[in-house]
Amino acid sequence: MVSILDIIGPVMVGPSSSHTAGACRLGLIARDLVAGTPETALIELHGSFARTGEGHGTDKAIVGGLLGFRPDDERLRDALGIVEREGLDWRFEKTTLGEEPEVHPNTVRISVKRQHRQHVMLGASLGAGRIRVSQIDGYPVEVDGSHHTIVMVAEDIKGSIARIAGILSDAGVNIATLRLSRKHRGGDAFMVIEVDERPEDAVGAALKGLPWVRWTHRIDKVGG
Amino acid sequence: MYHSLHDAIADAERKGTTLARCALEIESRDQGRPVEEIRAALGRALAVMRHAVAQGVTGDLRSNSGLVGGDAAKLRSGPAGPLAGTVFRDVLMKALAVQEVNAAMGVIVAAPTAGGAGVLPAVLLGLAEQRGIDDEHLIDALATAGLIGAVVAQRASLSGAEGGCQAETGAAAGMAAGAATEMLGGTPAMVGHATALAQQGTLGLVCDPLGGLVELPCVFRNATGAAIALAAVEMAMAGITFAIPADEVIDTMGDIGREMDVRYRETAGGGLAATPTGRRLAKERLVQIKRT
Repeated sequence: MVSILDIIGPVMVGPSSSHTAGACRLGLIARDLVAGTPETALIELHGSFARTGEGHGTDKAIVGGLLGFRPDDERLRDALGIVEREGLDWRFEKTTLGEEPEVHPNTVRISVKRQHRQHVMLGASLGAGRIRVSQIDGYPVEVDGSHHTIVMVAEDIKGSIARIAGILSDAGVNIATLRLSRKHRGGDAFMVIEVDERPEDAVGAALKGLPWVRWTHRIDKVGG
Repeated sequence: MYHSLHDAIADAERKGTTLARCALEIESRDQGRPVEEIRAALGRALAVMRHAVAQGVTGDLRSNSGLVGGDAAKLRSGPAGPLAGTVFRDVLMKALAVQEVNAAMGVIVAAPTAGGAGVLPAVLLGLAEQRGIDDEHLIDALATAGLIGAVVAQRASLSGAEGGCQAETGAAAGMAAGAATEMLGGTPAMVGHATALAQQGTLGLVCDPLGGLVELPCVFRNATGAAIALAAVEMAMAGITFAIPADEVIDTMGDIGREMDVRYRETAGGGLAATPTGRRLAKERLVQIKRT
């Protein structure tokens, strides 16, 4: 859903809404997958991101996002200097991830690791600061950062959605959208739940306490 | 949000109200937020726009590469041209100012994008200052601009990498023309014509930044984009209509963008970026950025 506040916004550090603000938001989402500043990050840039990213500060913006800086944070300008002090070991590579129009010209694959957590996501910056994460750990997803989002991998068992909905409802968290994907029947299910209220840490703990949930993370809203 | 300007205009005419009010109502329903909260957010955007204009006209800013900066100040205090003392010159100055701030990694409002961020504040603030229009009406104008931009986002694109500069400064010109027309008292139908008149003047415009930097020609494309928007406002307010509806002009922009070779979509592979001087400047300046 397009919002007029996405069009008249974001308030951001220049120079490019797709290559700076959108890139920063993709970095923020990758950070949330490992719940903090990653120890290592491999950032693979595709298409226009690869060709013109440096001049637009895409490198500073993605790294700034991984550090937790938001798109209007003036520290983005100095993110590459700051990152050295934060101990994040990052590396950029230019790559080709597929053909247009299947793969958006501003696409990046970010692989992050922190403690025991290790994830890889594929995301694109669509223009005007809007983003779309299309893959997490190989599962097709659709996350645009306009809501607080819970992502989780669970065994594909009957009644799982009802249990999850119950936990959210008890915590006063309203579900906006819920998408489920799986690589094959009976295999693990990947769930993306967009919610209206930011779930407290206790909600994550309750979800993790379900014996058939393998892992779950909260991705904070980054836009809208 | 509306998917077509046709529907939005019909809605506003039926209710006997403005496009701004229709846009705010739909936004409120879509987002589950009160209208006042949305107006407050637009008010904050307005403050950032004003601050960027003020920062840009001082002439103290230089981009990382040094390719752009200081030109807004020339329009403020440089020699007079045929437009000296007019709102036209003031609008050109403001458009350069915001875009110079953007190139220097300063804070701006991407409206609709950072690369096209100079057009809307220049046209709206320039006209509002000249006419003594208050902030409540400027906030309405931002809502109307947001509606037009949302239609472009859904039907075509707002990304230079997808649609060329016609999707950035072109869309910004369409948004600014429509919003300014309503701010000056134009009817919803006139807003549609102003949007179409501005957007038609930017069809086919390529995105060809030197070295891929949002600097040259981007800073100047914002000034010329604002000029096109002013021309469209003047024509629409005079009662001039454009035979092709705005939605179809926007669709055409999207079609042209999809057909546009990748060299002309922000990759610095064609257009001014690929000229001998463009290549030489980009090479020199990128070396300089790596040193800083």
